Amino acid sequence: MNETPWWSSESMWRKSAIWVTAFMAVVLIGLTFDTVRQITAGGERVPAYSIINQKIFYEYDDSRGYQVPRFGGTQTLFGAALDEADAEALVTLGKLTVQAKNCMNCHTLLGNGAYYAPDLTKAWLDPGWVHEDVREQLMVAFLMDPEANARTFGTGRRMPNLDITEEEARGVIAFLKWMSSIDTNGFPRGFTPIDQEDGA
Amino acid sequence: MNNPTEAHAAGPLSPGQRIAMHYFVAAMVLFAAQILFGMISGMQYLMPDLFFNQLDFNVTRMIHLNAMIVWLLFGFMGSVYWLVEDEAETALVGAKLAIINFWILTAAVTVVVLVYLFVQIGPGELKSIWLINEGREYIEAPRWADIGIVVCVLVFFYNIAATFMKGKWSGISGVLVLDLVALAGIYLAGMYFTANISIDQHWWWWVIHLWVEATWEVLVGCIMAWGLIKTLGANRKVVTTWLYIEVAMMFGSGILGLGHHYFWIGTPEYWLSIGGFFSALEPIPLVAMVVHAVYDSGRHGFKSTNHPALAWLIAHAFGNFFGAGVWGFMHTLPQINLYTHGTQWTASHGHLAFFGAYATINIAMIYIALQRVRGNVWMSDGLADNGWKWKWSLGLLNGGVLGMTMALLIAGYDQSFIERAVEGSTWSGYFQAQQSVWFLQAMYWRMIFGCMMTLGIILLFWDMLTIGRTETRVIKKLAPAPA
Repeated sequence: MNETPWWSSESMWRKSAIWVTAFMAVVLIGLTFDTVRQITAGGERVPAYSIINQKIFYEYDDSRGYQVPRFGGTQTLFGAALDEADAEALVTLGKLTVQAKNCMNCHTLLGNGAYYAPDLTKAWLDPGWVHEDVREQLMVAFLMDPEANARTFGTGRRMPNLDITEEEARGVIAFLKWMSSIDTNGFPRGFTPIDQEDGA
Repeated sequence: MNNPTEAHAAGPLSPGQRIAMHYFVAAMVLFAAQILFGMISGMQYLMPDLFFNQLDFNVTRMIHLNAMIVWLLFGFMGSVYWLVEDEAETALVGAKLAIINFWILTAAVTVVVLVYLFVQIGPGELKSIWLINEGREYIEAPRWADIGIVVCVLVFFYNIAATFMKGKWSGISGVLVLDLVALAGIYLAGMYFTANISIDQHWWWWVIHLWVEATWEVLVGCIMAWGLIKTLGANRKVVTTWLYIEVAMMFGSGILGLGHHYFWIGTPEYWLSIGGFFSALEPIPLVAMVVHAVYDSGRHGFKSTNHPALAWLIAHAFGNFFGAGVWGFMHTLPQINLYTHGTQWTASHGHLAFFGAYATINIAMIYIALQRVRGNVWMSDGLADNGWKWKWSLGLLNGGVLGMTMALLIAGYDQSFIERAVEGSTWSGYFQAQQSVWFLQAMYWRMIFGCMMTLGIILLFWDMLTIGRTETRVIKKLAPAPA
């Protein structure tokens, strides 16, 4: 057989594999630094935890072509304004509860997880909570006793009782409220939030 | 040692092969568990009261997924133990260490599963994450187990790398060892708690994506390369060159393809372009793999030492291309993904991709191993009973997973359309989609095809337990590799 042409030679492809992998890894690491900076709480795209003291609503952004989260006006959770440290502690309790109760194997969070129950990304702003005045109360009651307060929308698919305490329920709600403030590049598309006439 | 051209009466298994068989048996037990819990999860869509408050969907689905991840890893480790001595042309360095490692890992997996089943959840404290369940899809294993996994993988890595160092290196082993370093290292990215869900998911994808869409793909590329040499007598130089091509294209597209998971989790907008572009290229190496496998098989006139293994290797090439490549590409561009992310589209893709890319190649390796276990017997054409068991199990398993994939895709269409496009992604929209006739029909069909897979796995196990037992002919002698 003739000599192997350069484009199918083993050594050319070995070198290519090494250089391509190294180059891509370096680019990824570079982008990672910038991404982590932007998504750190209090960064450009992910608000500080104390955002839970404010009203969160959505506004269509013409230049980006989709809805983006906006904040304005005081709207404390459970009637108490929290400083940054306390807000972080409450959201942390919520996140720990979300993990310890294995929420993600029924629900999606930011669209990731299981598809047996609705997405939680915008749970705080879902119109299913009827009105902003009763939302916190309904959410606490539901989380603590999801069987008695079942919200199955006619499917028969109920949330099981997960022994969530009142403190944990409040944490989960703080976590959900904070999560709804994250700039998700318009996901989920065309979301219709709970009545927010006194928004902006 | 395990040279296919050697005669019958192969003698006892080598240390590496014995360890590989341990991993393969455990992998098959977990494969059965995966199917069992998948069937229960699927039934819960149709009968929401099934095991309510006892074994809820979040538990059954978690075991379904974790059994899969662990059996695939066990299958990979078994495969690598199987090929390492043959490839390095020397005996395994730490056989005793390897067997202890296997039992520790298996015991840990058993404890984790028992805790999943009987403890299930804990209070909202760090303690729960350390001891019960981390609550993060795919890597739910509690933190103590994470640390154990890393230690076990390091022991495994030592054994493999040291064996190659003692024996000889090849293109395949070089890629394999470097890939194992990346595979073990990346797992560390998933091992810490943060309240910030964007940061959490950012690093979580480093583990999930860079495993499944990068390092695992390269690992199975190595196994495939070795498998083609063994079953077909493919030319090593050609196979190795293909492996390098695949690595260049796989990491060239897959590393930045990570960006297609960074569209909607709070990460910056530039990921829409980077992730969309590079993940759209991800199918290319999978096409290369199909070309390479089919070309090699054709060049050898499909004359192989092991028909079931070669059939599963080809099922792997196509399954990987369709499941990971085509089904991934279908919804990888952000313009589509905006409507499909977080719906049954992903489930459809996940089923075909994991089965097609990874389950298949492990099954192929198990057939290669079984041939040796039964004494290097004939496993080519004209098997006893015409080899109906392996052929039917191959058909039932692949047909079953393909049917499920189609059913879930239709359910995904329904969700994207009704829940997302029409109803504005609210909870009421979600439930409307779940109750639509299309969705419910899809869930029924999914169960029917799930039953087909269950039959397939029963037949597969039956075949694995019996194949070659009554065979009197010795392994086929291969013609020298065509230039």
